[in-house]
Amino acid sequence: MKKITRKDFLRLTGLSFLAAGAIETTRAVTGSAPSANASPAAQSSQPVRWGMVVDLQKCQKEKNCDICIRACNSAHNVPQFDDPKHQVKWVWTQPFETVFPFTQSSYAGQSDAQAPVVLMCNHCASPPCVHVCPTQATWKRDDGIVMMDWHRCIGCRYCMAACPYGSRSFNWFDPRPAIAHINPDFPTRTKGVVEKCNFCEERLAQGLSPACVEVCPQKALVFGNLADPNSEPRQLLRQRFAIQREPELGTGPSVYYLV
Amino acid sequence: MRDRVWIVGGLAVFAVALTAPFWCAHLGTKNLARMPNLALPANQTQCVAPVEYMRASHMVLLLRWREEVVRLGQRRYVAFNGKVYDKSLTQTCLDCHNKEQFCDRCHSYAGVSGPYCWNCHNQPQTHVAGTSLPPMQPEAAAPHLAFTSPSRFPAQAPHPQSLSFPRSMP
Repeated sequence: MKKITRKDFLRLTGLSFLAAGAIETTRAVTGSAPSANASPAAQSSQPVRWGMVVDLQKCQKEKNCDICIRACNSAHNVPQFDDPKHQVKWVWTQPFETVFPFTQSSYAGQSDAQAPVVLMCNHCASPPCVHVCPTQATWKRDDGIVMMDWHRCIGCRYCMAACPYGSRSFNWFDPRPAIAHINPDFPTRTKGVVEKCNFCEERLAQGLSPACVEVCPQKALVFGNLADPNSEPRQLLRQRFAIQREPELGTGPSVYYLV
Repeated sequence: MRDRVWIVGGLAVFAVALTAPFWCAHLGTKNLARMPNLALPANQTQCVAPVEYMRASHMVLLLRWREEVVRLGQRRYVAFNGKVYDKSLTQTCLDCHNKEQFCDRCHSYAGVSGPYCWNCHNQPQTHVAGTSLPPMQPEAAAPHLAFTSPSRFPAQAPHPQSLSFPRSMP
């Protein structure tokens, strides 16, 4: 048998690496790579990425309307603490100028500066909270929902530090005494865990739309599949000018605001 | 060597005292803690798994349900007899079982200090009394918006044509 020279060995090694790389590239291009954690939703032919479009004009039609917030709080047993430091927020409002500080011009739109903008978890495409969670208590589902497993949350609050939108709240106290009417069908949280909007994943599983969307009298909140070009949010995004919260951070928020 | 009788006698007494609980348990049943009187569900005769399995491994089942519902989004449980259940502690388990008369009695008898399920999970139709914090009463301001249960939302979504929920979601 012919002895393999050093040159032959190096050639063979290089060719093997090339072949392995080619297989990976082909898989990536054709998209046939087997995904280990693909959910049933992702396996279906139609990809799903849940998202929301908020029509600010419609939303601000009714002054001091907080029906969506109350609906969310009731459905999810969100505790109400007086002290702003202890507040727990799933859906909340902030003045326009603090939500979109860089969309302000010097004189224009002064009346809108204080207009409340409804806010919730953005369910980012690249969620910073997920990257920092040490226990994988928060993770991104295949349908785009940034989900929380309160069983696993150890209350380290890294996610709160990472979230640029302030969408996460910590339970400094037992939340149960601060819930006026407990909805028995949804768990409360316990002292020492972080919580946030879950895009009503428990309602989506039943084929319902999120509670805030359902109750909005102006139909200002539009929920749907952003991956479907014909969905209602995508149609709105085609027709009207929409902004996201701090898109320059590269988080890819799934909540859009029509201005 | 004159102390031998004391040493052996003392050892015998020690051995008897050490094994006393076992002797007592075998000699008379009146010293045993009374078996818990479990309130069995009135409306059902069969649990989601055979009784022997549930008695020994209900915690395993609950942990598996928890992982499957929260992390995998699989909410339907097909039981050994083909019956389909919703994987839910509050809505399925507690639909038949009563926490105080079933879970707590056996856990207290077995000396298994309560699992922390109940720190978050609710018992059906149980309301924790509110404290002096401001009451949030949605029905006071808008009676048609009293949400005590997600199922009380109207079944028809406002934009059914646009939502297109994937059929395969459980």
